[in-house]
Parts: sequence; C-alpha cells; structure tokens
Amino acid sequence: VSTQSTGHSQANRAKEKEMSYGYYSLGPAHGSMLTFNIADGYLEGLLRGHRSGILRVADYSNLVQCDALEDLKMHLSSTDYSDFLAGENKLNTAIIYEKATAKLVNEFNELRSHSVEPLSTFLDYITYAYMIDNVVLLITGKQHDRNTEELLEKCHPLGMFPSIASLTVANTLADLYQSFLVDTPLAPYLNDTLSEEDLHEMNVEIIRNTLYKSYLEDFYNFCQKIGGATAEVMGELLQFEADRRSINITINSFGTELTKDDREKLYPSIGLLQPTGILKLKEASDMDQVKAAIEYIQTYRDIFSEFDFGHDKDKSLEDQFFQYEVKLNKGSFDQQFHYGLFYSYVKLKEQEIRNIVWIAECVAQKMKSKINNYIPIF
Amino acid sequence: MGWLTDIDPYMWAFVGTSLAMGLSVSGAAWGIFLTGSSLMGAGVKAPRITTKNLISVLFCEAVAVYGLIIAIIFQTKLTDIEGRGYINKDYYSGFSIFWAGLTVGFANLVCGVCVGITGSACALADAQDASLFVKILIVEIFGSALGLFGLIVGIIMTSSASFAKT
Repeated sequence: VSTQSTGHSQANRAKEKEMSYGYYSLGPAHGSMLTFNIADGYLEGLLRGHRSGILRVADYSNLVQCDALEDLKMHLSSTDYSDFLAGENKLNTAIIYEKATAKLVNEFNELRSHSVEPLSTFLDYITYAYMIDNVVLLITGKQHDRNTEELLEKCHPLGMFPSIASLTVANTLADLYQSFLVDTPLAPYLNDTLSEEDLHEMNVEIIRNTLYKSYLEDFYNFCQKIGGATAEVMGELLQFEADRRSINITINSFGTELTKDDREKLYPSIGLLQPTGILKLKEASDMDQVKAAIEYIQTYRDIFSEFDFGHDKDKSLEDQFFQYEVKLNKGSFDQQFHYGLFYSYVKLKEQEIRNIVWIAECVAQKMKSKINNYIPIF
Repeated sequence: MGWLTDIDPYMWAFVGTSLAMGLSVSGAAWGIFLTGSSLMGAGVKAPRITTKNLISVLFCEAVAVYGLIIAIIFQTKLTDIEGRGYINKDYYSGFSIFWAGLTVGFANLVCGVCVGITGSACALADAQDASLFVKILIVEIFGSALGLFGLIVGIIMTSSASFAKT
C-alpha cells in the first residue's frame, strides 16, 4: 500500500515554514537577545506573568489543611485561579480537573493566537503530544465499544483537530493513516509503522509509543534547527523525556509478551542513554539490570537511589521522575530570550493540576495520610 | 594625501553630523523596543510595574537626546565659507567633525542596546519581586554612562573645529 501518494499533507507544509528571504532560507530561528523581543517579547513577558501565578509551597500548605472540597475552592479563589469554580453547584475532583485544565488551555490559546513564526510552530509541537493521547484514547474506546460522544468529551482540549470525530471508523492502521491522519500534523509520525493488521488486535500502547517516539525526535530536531538557547534548554528537557520513556517502556514490558526487538523499536533515538544505555536496556529483564543500564549517568543514578533509599518511601519511581522534571523546567526560566519557557510553563501547570487533583481526591475521600505526596514546584 | 583631501571637507562634516544623529536614534529606538515589549507583557499580570519601569525607556530616550545635542553643536560650526579656497584648518574641521560624529553615534548605538536589554530584564524581574527594581536600575545607570562618554569625547574632539569666513 503506497502511503505517500496522498500528496502534500498539512504536516509537510507546516515543516516548510522556514524563514526565507528570497535568495536564501535561514531555517526557523528566533533572534538572539538583540532581536528576540521584536516578535516574541510581549509573549515572554505575559508568560512570566502567568508563571508568577503558579501555586507556591504556602498555598499548598493551605490546601492540605482543607476538610472539604468547598474549603479547597475557597482557598483556591485567593490564588491565581480566582473563581474558576464559580457557578459549579456540586464539586468533585473530575470537575476541578476539567476547570483547571480549561484555564490552562485558555492561557495557552491566548499565547498561540498572539504568536508568529517560528513560535507558533513551536507551540503547535506542544499540542501534538495531546493529539497522540486523544487518538489513542479514541482507538481504545472503540475497541471497548464506547460511545464516540462520551470519548470526545474525555479528549484533552489542546489536542483536538477537525477530523478527530471520524477516527473511530478506521479498521486497520493503514486505513487510519490514509483516511484520517494524513491531513493532520500527526501524519509523518505514522509513516514507518503502517501495517494491515487489524486495529482491534493491535496493542494500543505500541501505537502510542511509536507515535510518541517519532514526535519526540521531530520536536528535538526542530528545536535544534532553531538553535541558540532554545536548542540548549529544549534539548535537555526532551532528552530527559526520551530517557524516561525508554526506562518506563522497559519496566512496563516485564512480564508481557513484548519481545526485546519490538521494545527496541520503541526507544526514542535522542536521549542521554543512547547508545550504550539503550543497548543494555534492550537486554534487561528485571529491575536490577535496568539499574545497571542507567548507572553511568549521574542524574538517573541519583533518581533511582532516591527511589530505593530515599526518605520518602511513598514516592514511586514515576514521582521521582516528575520531581526531576519539575527541577529541569524551573531551570528554563533562568534564561531570557528563548522558547523553552513556553514548554516548561505548560509542563509545570500540568504538574500543578495533578497536585491539586491529588489533594482534592485525598480531601474528598477523607484519606489524609498520603496527602503530602504532591510535588512542590516553587 | 590623495583621495582624503579630494573629498570636500563639508562632505566629511555633514556625513559625520548625520551619522551622529542617525546612529544615536537607532540605538535609542532599539533600546526602547527591547524594553517596551517586555514591559507591556509583564505589565499584564503586574500592572504596578508599568509606571516605575518607564525610567528604562527614559534612559534610552536620553541616548537620542545626546545625539541631538551633538548634532546641534556641529551644526553651529558648519558655517559657509562663501567662495574662498579650502585651507588646512577646513580639512581639520571636516575630519574632526566626521570622526566625532562617528564616535558619538556608535557609543550611543551600543548604549541604547545595553540599556534596552537590561531594562527588559528589569521589567520582568520587577514583576516577580518588587525589591529587585532598584538593584537592576543601578546596572542600567552604569550602562547609560557609556553614551555620556561618547558625548564628552565628541565635544572635546570638535572644540577647535570651525569653518571661518576669512
């Protein structure tokens, strides 16, 4: 089945949005400190204003003392969230999550609509991750015969695209690509892995991880082409993301029928663990071998030893990864005149929403023993 | 001296004056847009910073005023010699005004950029923590002294330049 015959997709056009001045093309780039402010100075200032509204340790200590969700709402109304829950008669964690995410989406869309190239392409790249999640959600939902309306409501608002509703009609991966994904930005990510295998039979996690691998590599290359501080900051962030996914894929595949060769195909090719660690991860079959594989990188060794021997026995490995991710994202605000801020802000807000939902769950179920397991940001 | 004296001294003098004015204003404009865009963005969530941080814009504007002062000083020296031939003094005046103009122009250009970038950082820092404003302002003050140096040197260089009628 020829997959390239559908012509210039929207994705390819997006990639060609390079700065060209007639004779020569500079590739996507933003100005150094001398000219960055021309196109993106206002948005950077606006973003830093939003950043100052991220909840601090003092706010969290107020929130953990709440006894009911009403108290939570009252405490949140004195922060940057103000009255985001106004008009809600019954409060539960699902509504809190939905409203908090809607606030983040509003802020993001404001930034996106004000931006020009290449910042607008950069912000688009951030949304592709959510698109992948939405596509996988729809495929899984269809496998379990759920109603499409219900599924669309659960989709993340940042990852919506026009033809998303009709995705559920596809039967094979090739079908999915040709009919629906070819006009979306996700088209180039599915190219190498098309098969005639029935979508119902395929493991959705494989689809998710394959799409995500291509997306990460594409994003990384885009940031490297932009160059400057963006390449440096985003490079570090995306490499950590790639390594974290490699480690998680390895650990989650213990005891499943995923072969080592298939596993290797899911590891992103960027990342500090390439190539030594990845080769060892591919061969790993238990936790100790995973630890031996990542040992030569100081930061990951520390994360694992914190998980094993650290003070907080309640924190899972995933929590340790989140903690390190927060630390990296905070660091990107130390520089001015680059795009990493925008990505970091979205990630930090997501972490904040996870924290609030965790605290809300503990408060709602009156199980306060583990309430301090949120990850403090500032 | 060949081509150097083939060029009319007035040409040297006027090009110098125009560069003084042009480059100074470029520096000032550059600094103002660097500061202004950050200021506007940061002022959305922290409106209290907007009035205080206009000082950064003021420092950049001062750079343009330096260029204006120097151009006016040069202009008073540029009197018409009404027909008599050029003498060595005229060439001296022409050269000194040209190079003084360039000195002032480039000094103000980089001064404006410096104050602009620092002003942008000042606005963003002030929006987060109000106690940082005065500290970063000191950096800006040192930066704006650069333009003043150029102005002083320019005035000294052209102190004895003139195009006398006789």
